[in-house]
This record gives sequence, structure tokens and C-alpha cells, in this order.
Amino acid sequence: MRTIGAGAVSASLTGAAMVAESKPGPPEKILDATDTVKLKLNINGVNYAVLVEPRWTLLFVLREAIGLTGTKEGCGRGECGACTVLIDDIPRYACMTLAVEAEGRRITTIEGLMTGEELGPVQKAFLEEDAFQCGYCTPGQVMAVEGLLRKTPEPSMDEIRTGVSGNLCRCGAYHHIFRAARKAAIRKTR
Amino acid sequence: MAEDGTIYYTNGLPVPDTPAPGEEPEFWKETDVVGKRTPRVDAYERVSGTAVYPSDIKLPNMIYGAILRCPHAHAKVKKVDAGRAEKMPGVRALITGDSPEAGGLKWKYRGYSGPLFDAHCRFEGEVVAAVAADTPYQAWDAVHAIDVEYDVLPHVVDHNLALTGKAPEVHDQGNLAGTDEYERGDVAGGFAEADVVLEQNYETGCQLHTPMELHGCVADWEGDRLTIWESSQGVYAVQSVLSGILGMPLSKVRVIGHYMGGGFGSKLWPGKYTVLAALMAKQAARPVKMILTREETFLCVGNRPPNTMRLKAGVKKDGTLTAFDFECIGPSGAYPGGGTEIVDWLVRDLYQCDNVRCLSRDVYIHAGTARPFRAPGHPQGSWALEQMMDDLAEKIGMDPIELRLKNIPSISQGRGIPYTRTGLKDCIERGAERFGWKDAVKRAREQNRSGSHIKRGVGMGACLWIVGGGGPPSTVVIKLFRDGSVNLNMGASDIGTGTKTIMAMVAAEELGVKPDVIQIEHADTGTTQYATPSGGSKTVPTEAPTVRNAAIDVKRQIIQMAAEDLGAPAVDLDYEGSEIVSMKDKSKRIQVTDVSGLKKRGVVIGVGYRGPNPKNKSVNPFAAQFCELEVNTKTGEMKILRFLGAHDSGRVMNRLTYDNQVFGGIVMGIGFGMTEFRQLDANQTGKLCNRNWHDYKLPTALDVPVDMESLPIEIDDPEANNTGAKGLGEPVTIPTASAIANALYMATGIRFTKAPVHPMEMRRRLSAGKEG
Repeated sequence: MRTIGAGAVSASLTGAAMVAESKPGPPEKILDATDTVKLKLNINGVNYAVLVEPRWTLLFVLREAIGLTGTKEGCGRGECGACTVLIDDIPRYACMTLAVEAEGRRITTIEGLMTGEELGPVQKAFLEEDAFQCGYCTPGQVMAVEGLLRKTPEPSMDEIRTGVSGNLCRCGAYHHIFRAARKAAIRKTR
Repeated sequence: MAEDGTIYYTNGLPVPDTPAPGEEPEFWKETDVVGKRTPRVDAYERVSGTAVYPSDIKLPNMIYGAILRCPHAHAKVKKVDAGRAEKMPGVRALITGDSPEAGGLKWKYRGYSGPLFDAHCRFEGEVVAAVAADTPYQAWDAVHAIDVEYDVLPHVVDHNLALTGKAPEVHDQGNLAGTDEYERGDVAGGFAEADVVLEQNYETGCQLHTPMELHGCVADWEGDRLTIWESSQGVYAVQSVLSGILGMPLSKVRVIGHYMGGGFGSKLWPGKYTVLAALMAKQAARPVKMILTREETFLCVGNRPPNTMRLKAGVKKDGTLTAFDFECIGPSGAYPGGGTEIVDWLVRDLYQCDNVRCLSRDVYIHAGTARPFRAPGHPQGSWALEQMMDDLAEKIGMDPIELRLKNIPSISQGRGIPYTRTGLKDCIERGAERFGWKDAVKRAREQNRSGSHIKRGVGMGACLWIVGGGGPPSTVVIKLFRDGSVNLNMGASDIGTGTKTIMAMVAAEELGVKPDVIQIEHADTGTTQYATPSGGSKTVPTEAPTVRNAAIDVKRQIIQMAAEDLGAPAVDLDYEGSEIVSMKDKSKRIQVTDVSGLKKRGVVIGVGYRGPNPKNKSVNPFAAQFCELEVNTKTGEMKILRFLGAHDSGRVMNRLTYDNQVFGGIVMGIGFGMTEFRQLDANQTGKLCNRNWHDYKLPTALDVPVDMESLPIEIDDPEANNTGAKGLGEPVTIPTASAIANALYMATGIRFTKAPVHPMEMRRRLSAGKEG
């Protein structure tokens, strides 16, 4: 994880959930941009073997190679959080994470919060509180809240606001997002 | 101003009529479903990640497009050499102005028509070439390998310089895109009558839409039929534009836009990118996914133009407004885009004033063309008018709320006809009461006298929205199946406002079913009915009455069928929940699903049409917003403590999504007033300096108050339409920034006439105050 994207780090700075301990990774091998490497990714508990170019982001691989399109692209440069996923339970910007850097990590996407067809508690709270409008930033918001609650099960309002502050919502549904986060926290700890 | 028939969201589109709806149903007195807090019918899809947005589409054999754009504010393309790019790995299609596919194709927007590839690039971001390749990475590699020779030309990007005669001309006919003049009464006489006359200049920054989902589409050909999945506010607009440009029959262009990740006006129209995707898909004989980068969305898919305004106003000591004289200049951008469109409407229409003159000059500059942005013109005009109202009130020693209440017009003065209903007075009065205006003012004044460097202010702003009543055309089809479940078919897009949910609620209300048994098909030109784009806060007041008419058509047919089962004349029968009951003999009743005609046929199909709006009356939403904030006079930091939005949008259709709209509009207004502005490098390159969300600041969760309240001012408006609903999505963002500015004035004693007021601006003004 040593070289994981700057966006993920900046998310670490703004989000309460994120105090990533950076561990030194293995020595890196330099590859050509057009070379492909075989990669094993653990996503939502399932192992995927994919052939990727080293420059491909985790976001691109999730969406276009594997087909997990719940994770969205909003900016591609670590500013909006639409692509937030959990890597080892910590919210990360998938657009700032190269796929090759995510090998050996536990990746959780919005699809991974479901139990079969059933929504997870954070998703259910978002549904009930109408914590979205167009819904495009929503998977990222849900993952940010999920990450927050995994680390801080009973967050204060300030912690909630900080926890989702790395996730832009242009529709401005923040107020309902706060309410959904609080509701999800109460449900999860009960 | 735009007349209702040519309002901006249909500007340039041929809009068909719909047949008359027949007899309109009675206005609802009470409702069981409509108005209740109802989670969205598509919430599951949106929170689970299963909703498929256009950018999520992946088709077999699909390739990815990327566009080479002019990096200069003003330049001529001398030569494009794509030789290197063509041979790069993965490249399957490439198109430039020299390609035969592009030959003769014209791009059209708002009356302008010019070549798809225009060698004369009038803004940074004009298209120069496009590539499609196996991966987006390869497409961008190829774009970067295209060699272009430009002749860089002098530019003008400051709209205040466009008409000085010293600026380069954007078009041969000069830089004046249009002038709009308006006058009523005797303005000079009005000022002569006034006890106080004030004059002030105002400026608002250029706001960029940047919806979360990037602009883009997927284009796929099957023989001579083209299918486009576009992130759009109106699939029929995309169909109309594409078929026009490509010279194809409407029936062969299918546009689908089930989900879309925000538009705010910037997705009322397709882009050149849509045409390029279609052309490259044809060239490669493979589907092309063309999603813009975030940076491109800052350059070339619209903006709320910056406006420079001057407002002179006269008032008598008793608060009577005697005259307004308003002048405004703003840029369309490189092509016609409505640089000053309806900026003056609030001055014309919001407050009672007999003598009004407005002059707007729309100019061309070398920057991206404006597109309608959530309540076009209104937040800008409000910025001037509402601050002026507060200044006038102060000068005559009147409470700003009193002054506004004193000047509630009885008719729409801008149109010279009455409103169906106006909730302006109630919004201001009840909003102020709920907000605790008087106490809040007292509290702020006390704190400011205490000598603390944290100053407090409260402020308010009122508004109306020029349209918001919706209207024809609209056609909706409802199918009732034999098991009582329902399919609702309409062409309108749900741009995140909860349209689908409200329509399901209307159908459920009429048909006595639960909203969740209603399946909605929408926003697909291949399978759903014509609809104008979702803009102008018109979707609910347009579609909801139409849905109601369609449901009533279903009921009429079912009642005919039930008459046979019950052996009672159809005129005696009516719906009670999901039963048909004889009004003469209540024991004669039958469940809809037991009606033999329905069982036999399996489905009953009802068609609804949108009836006309009332003649010679204006349907408008009204609002007042209130804010309380603190200013740290040492650092310039501002903290909004709370906001209240009191909105008259007629009947509240879904309280849950209604509140969400109010809060969201306020958030966007906070951006307009405090954080957002486009910075062009006017002196040197003309290029955009802040082309990403790092440098261009949207309000985040930390910039909005936790304490936000929505107070619906629900006024029955049976004349508006058969549901009484009026538009909401735009008024919610109109008075926000002006309320903030007025609160900042109370806190600091400084008039912030230039938006946005960010901490640097606050510090600058605080320091200037000390010096001077």
C-alpha cells in the first residue's frame, strides 16, 4: 500500500474513518505501460483473476473489466469520492488506487454490502431517509459511511460530517445523508 | 425575456401538441398517498448500485472514445496530423475535420448553426479530433499523439471588455449577442417621487454545473438504426437534435436515459460528443462509449454566466417602491447561450413597482457557451434586488421583512396578468415567524455589540420563479393488469428530483393501489411517450396531472366493465380504494381484480393528456429563505448556522423528496454565494485556471449547516392544474445567496456586492474597511 494514490491519502486526512497505517510493500518491478500483468483481486469475498495493464486504476478494473458498476467515476482524480470503496475496511478512492496495488487486500464495494438481494443497514438507512437525489454519488457516500461506522460505531454529528466530507454531492443531499448515517449507526450498534 | 412558448428548456426544439384531455377531474380535497413521506420507488436501485446509468453501459465489442480539444481560448486550426495516432495500439476509429464522415455536418444550438468541426476555435475546449480505441487509456494515448498546428489569436474572456471596441471580435458581426429592453410606467417620474434613491453595482461569478455523472453517452448502430444511451434531462431533445444533424428519421434514432447522474440544465441538450460517438461507432462498426473527463465538463458543457449588474431603486418613506432601473451585461460565451437571459425577471415581477426599466446586453467572449443553469438568471437578479431591498429598508428605517410585505403585488406585473395564486406574503410572513426572525435579529445585534470578534448576522431573501407551472405537451399511458398491478409509461426523465416516485404516488392515489405495485417505464424514445426535457421546474406540474388523467381513463373503462358485473348503471359507480362501489347501494361492490372484463382482457390501457394552463393567468412558485451565520473577523471564515426555506410550490406531492429538494437548492445556493466561481486567465492566455473540483470548490458536508428546515407553504391552487402542484427544483436555489449576503451585512456592516463571498474576499473587505 506504500504507493497508493494521493487521493486516498487526502481522504485519510479528511475522513474520520481513515487512519491508514502504511505498511511497506514488496520491492516494485518496473513494467511497460502496455504490458499486462496477471492479478488476483479479492472483491467482496470473491477472488477474481484479471489481466491488467499496470496503469489501470482499481476503478477501471472494477467497472469495465469485472463489471461491478456500482462504484462510480466522478472525477478520476481523487476529488469527489464517487468511487469510494473499502480496502481492508478503510474508505479509499478507487480512481487513485492502481489495480496492481490492491492485490492481496480485502476490497469491498457497494455490491458487497448486500446480503443476496437484501440491502445492508447503511443502504437501508439511505433509502428510508432519502439520502440522495440523482443517486450517482450515493454508492461512494454509502461506502464512506460504512467505513466510518466500522471504525467509529457511535459517531458524533461532527464525525459524520467529517466522515463524508471527502464525498461531494452536487444535488446537495448532505442533510439527509447525515440523518441516514445517524440512523444506520443506531441500527448497527443496537 | 423568453416567452412561455419558447422558454429555455425547449429553445430550438420542435414541440408537438397533445390532444385535449377531455373533462378535467375535480381537485383533490384529501389525499391518502400524495403528500406523504414516501421513499423513492427506485431507491433500491440507487442505493444498491444496480441502477444502470449511461456511464455504466457496457455492450459487447464496445470501444471507448476520447476527444482532442483546442487548448487555446481563440485559435485557428491550420493542420491536423493524425498519422501517428491511427497506427497506435487499440485504435479503431478516428475522426477529424478532414474525415469524410464529418463533411457537411452542422452543429446546431439555439439558432446558431456551424460546422461540427470548426477550424476557427472560439473557446478552449472546442473539438478538433476524436478517437475510439479498445480502452480509454489507449484512446487518450492516441489523442495525445495527434499533432495539431494552431494559429493562436487574440482573445477576450472578460465580458465587461467585450463591447469596449478594443476587444477582438468573437464573431464577424461583433460581440453583441443580443439586447433586451423592457420598460413600464414612468421611471424618471418614479425616481422624482422617491424619498430615497439608491444605486449600486453588483457582480456574480460564473457557476459551473458539474453534475456528479460526467456528460456522455454510448452509441450503438444496428444497420441504419442508432441507439444512444445518454446522460440526459430529455431523451426526446437528444433524439430531435441527433436526427436533425445526421439527417435520420426520428424513428431510427432511439435515445434511452433511464438513470442520469444530475444535470441542473447542462444536460437539456446533447453535445458534439454525442454526434462524435455516433460517427465513430459507425466508422468502427462497434458501439462507442464516450464519457467526458471531469476537466472537459468545466470547459464545454455550459455554465451560469457571470453577470455585472447595476440597480437603481427609489422608495418612499412609507415603503412604497417608486422605480427600478436595472442594467445587466453577461456573456453567452463563444456561441448564443443566454448570457443575460431572465436575469431581470425578479426586478420586473417580484415586488409591486409601477415604474421599471431593464436593459440587458448579452455578449460573446472566447469561453465555453452558457447553458441554462437551475433557475437561469434568477439567483443573479436576486443577488442585486434582495440586497437593494435591505438597503432601502435600512435607509427608511423599516424592517426588511416589513418592506417586502408592503410590496406584495396582486398580479404578475411582468406579464400584466394575475397569478393563479401567490404565496409570496405567506412565505415571508410564516417563514419569518418560524425562523424566529425578530429574536434572531436581536440576538445578532447583542452579540455584535459585545465586542467579540465573532460577529453574527441574519438575513433573508424572497423570490418567485418565472415559470414552474408546467403545461402541455404530455402524454402518459397507464396499463392496469388483471392482478391489479400497474405499468406507467411516460417519456419524462427523472433527474434526481423524484419524478418517478411522485408519478407512482399519483397513479396509486387514483387507482387505490400501493405505489410499489407500479412499474414505471420512462425516458426512452423507443418505448415511451413524447416529453419535453426535465427543466424549468416543470416536470411534476406537467406530468402529474397527465398521470392523473391517464389513471382516470383507466377507471372510466373499469367502471364500465364493473357495471355489467354489478348490474348497476355505470353513472352510479365510483372507485373506493381498489373497489368499485355503487353510490346508490353500497352493498353493490366489487374488487377491481374481480371485474370480469378485466380478467378476460388481462389489461386495461388508459391514456392521459396534459390539459392547457389557465388562460391569462400565470402559474408561479414563490419562496422566502432565511439564514443565520457567524463571521470570524480575524480569519474571514464564515459559518452558516442555520437555514430555513419557506416555499409555496402548491401541493406538496412527496414531503420526503420535497424537503430534500429544498435543502439541496440551499446547498447549491451556498456554492453560488460563497464558494464557486470560474477563474479565467483574462490577461494572458484566456484559459480556465480552475478546471477541477480541487480548484473549483463545491460545498462539502462541512460547508452546510446541520440545522436546516423546510417549511412548505401549501396553498391550494386548483387553477394551476388538476393536482395543484407547482415546480420546486429551481426556486429552492434562487434567494439563498442573497439571504447570505444580507446576513453578512448585518454581521460586518459591509455590503458584499460581488459573489461569491469566500474567506479571502471577506478578509480583503474587512482589511479595506479598516484602512478606509
